[in-house]
Amino acid sequence: MSVTTYQLKRVDLIFKNENDWKQILSKTLKRKKEDIINSLISSELKGRGGAGFPTGMKWKLTSEAKEETKYVICNADEGEPGTFKDREILTQVPHKVLTAMAICAYVTGASEGYIYLRGEYKFLQKSLYNAIGEFERYCEEIGFHFRIAIFMGSGAYICGEETALMESMEGRRGEPRNKPPFPTDSGYLGKPTVVNNVETLVHTYTIFKYGAKKFRDLGVQYSRGTKLFSISGDTPIPGIYELELGMTLSDFVEEFGDGDTKAVQVGGASGFLVPRKRFAETQIGFQGKLTGVSLPTGGSMMLFNSSRSMFNVLNNYLDFFEEESCGQCTPCRVGCQQLLKGIHAVKRGDKPAVYLNKLLKLSENMQYTAKCGLGQSVGNSFASIVENFREEMIF
Amino acid sequence: MNSTQTLIKDLARQYGRDRRNLLPIIQGVVEQENYISEFAMIEIAKELNMPASDVFGTASFYSFLEHRKMGFYVIRVCKTIACAMKGTNQIMHAIEDMLKVKIGETTPDGKFTVLQTNCLGWCHKAPAMLINDEVFTDLSPERVREILGEYMRKNR
Ligand SMILES: Cc1cc2nc3c(=O)[nH]c(=O)nc-3n(C[C@H](O)[C@H](O)[C@H](O)COP(=O)(O)O)c2cc1C
Ligand code: SF4
Repeated sequence: MSVTTYQLKRVDLIFKNENDWKQILSKTLKRKKEDIINSLISSELKGRGGAGFPTGMKWKLTSEAKEETKYVICNADEGEPGTFKDREILTQVPHKVLTAMAICAYVTGASEGYIYLRGEYKFLQKSLYNAIGEFERYCEEIGFHFRIAIFMGSGAYICGEETALMESMEGRRGEPRNKPPFPTDSGYLGKPTVVNNVETLVHTYTIFKYGAKKFRDLGVQYSRGTKLFSISGDTPIPGIYELELGMTLSDFVEEFGDGDTKAVQVGGASGFLVPRKRFAETQIGFQGKLTGVSLPTGGSMMLFNSSRSMFNVLNNYLDFFEEESCGQCTPCRVGCQQLLKGIHAVKRGDKPAVYLNKLLKLSENMQYTAKCGLGQSVGNSFASIVENFREEMIF
Repeated sequence: MNSTQTLIKDLARQYGRDRRNLLPIIQGVVEQENYISEFAMIEIAKELNMPASDVFGTASFYSFLEHRKMGFYVIRVCKTIACAMKGTNQIMHAIEDMLKVKIGETTPDGKFTVLQTNCLGWCHKAPAMLINDEVFTDLSPERVREILGEYMRKNR
C-alpha cells in the first residue's frame, strides 16, 4: 500500500502528436456508448481542472439525463496563478481536445460544444478556429453532426468556476450558482452539460487511443495517470512537464529546485504552501484531499527559495483574491478584504501577533460559509502560510 | 446613424439578439473602440431589448471590458506572484517613466493606457505583459523600453 518508493517519472503522452485523430475519432465513434463510459471509469481518470471529479462518472450522469439538448464545454479559462499548461495543449495538440469533445458529445447526446477561452489568450483564437474548421469538415465527412464554437472570456478568474462560466456564457456577470443542481443536470441554458478541463479531455484521448489499462498503470492508487505540471518561481528550469502522479515533494524539489528551496506552493493561490520540513511526507495526487498528506492540484507548482518573504507571497495571493472575488457572498467579499487588511495591521504592529489567530479563524469560517470554491479555498494558502511562517508575518 | 450604432447593429446581426449574445457583442465593441462607452451600452440595450443597467451590470463585471475611455494601445502588466517575484515593479517603473503616466492613466495623445492585471499565464517566462492582444514575456526594463519605443514610433 505504501507508495513512498515513488521516483519522478517523466512521460510523453499529451504532447506526442502522431496526427491520428481522424482514426481515433472514427474508431471510437463506432464503439458502444456504455463501453466508452466503462473504459473511462475503469481508467480512474479524475478531472484535471482542480476539483478532481471522476470523468467517467460525469459523462455517465450527463448521458443519463433525459433532455433533448445537451452541451459539452471545454474549460480553457486557466486563470489560477501559476498555471499555464492548457494554453500549450491548445497550441500544440488542439485536435486531440476537439476529438475528445466530439466523443463526449457522442456519449452524452450533445450536438454543440463550446471552448471557453480566457481573454488573455485571445491571440490563440484564430489558430483554434482553423483547427475547428478542419475538424468540423472531417466530422461532416464521416456523418457525425457536431459543432464547436469558441466563447471568449474577458478577464475574470472566477469564470473558470463552472457555474460562473455558464452565467458568463449566458450573458451575465460571472457569479457562481448554487449547487445542486449540478451542471450534469442543469448547466448551460438549463440543459445537462459536461464541463471538462482542457487537460482532462486530452487524457480521455490517451485512453481512447491506448486503452484504460495503460492509463491506469501510470501513477499510484487513487491518483492514476499523468499530470501536466506548470512549474515556475525559483527554479532553474521553469516550464511545463508531464509527470506521473504520486511523487513526493522531495523528489520534485530534487529535480526542479535551485538547491535552496524553502517552500513550494502546490495548486496555485488557492492551493497549499508546503514548507521544507514537510517535503518528504507530502505527495502529489488526489487521495486524502485537504489532509496535507496528498495534495490535489490543477498542476501549478511554484517554488520559493530562502530569499523570499512569505509575507509578500501571502500579500500577493490575498490581493489576487480580493480583486477576483465576484463579491456575491459576504464571507468571501468581506473576508478577503479583512484578511488583507489584517496581515498588514499585524505586520505594521497596529495589531498584536495573536490577531493572526482571529484571522485564521476567519479564513476557516470562509471555508464553510463561502458559496463557491474561490472563497472556500482562500483559507488553504492563508492557513498554510501563516501557520508555517508565522514569524515572517509579525512586526 | 453613427459608426458605433452601425457597429452594434452589425454585431447583433452576426451573433444574434439573445441575452447570451451580450458578451460577444460587448467584446466586439471593445475590440473596435477599446472600451465600452455609456452610449454604446444604451445602444446595445435597445438592440437586445433589455435594460441598459443590465448591460452595464454585465460589462462592469469583466476587467477586460473597460467602461472608461482607453488609449489605442492598452498595456496590461501582470502583477501576480511569479511576475512579482521577477521584478514586475521595475517593469512598471520603466513604463511609467517612458510614457510619463501612472497606472490607470492614458497618455495625453490618447495612444497608450497603462494597467496592471492578474496572472496572464506566462509564469515560466515572467515578467509578462499584454499590449492589446499581443503577449510579451521575459521582460526587463531594457526590453520594455525597446518594445515601447517601437510602439511609440508606430502610427496607430
Ligand atoms: C475559482 C475557481 C476557478 C476555477 N478555474 C478553473 C479553470 O480555469 N479551468 C478549469 O478547467 N477549471 C477551473 N475550475 C474548476 C471548474 O469549476 C470545474 O470543476 C472543472 O472545469 C471541471 O473539469 P474537470 O472535471 O475536467 O476538472 C475552477 C474552480 C474554481 C472554484
Ligand atoms: S465565494 Fe467569492 S467568488 Fe465565490 S460566490 Fe462567494 S463572493 Fe463569489
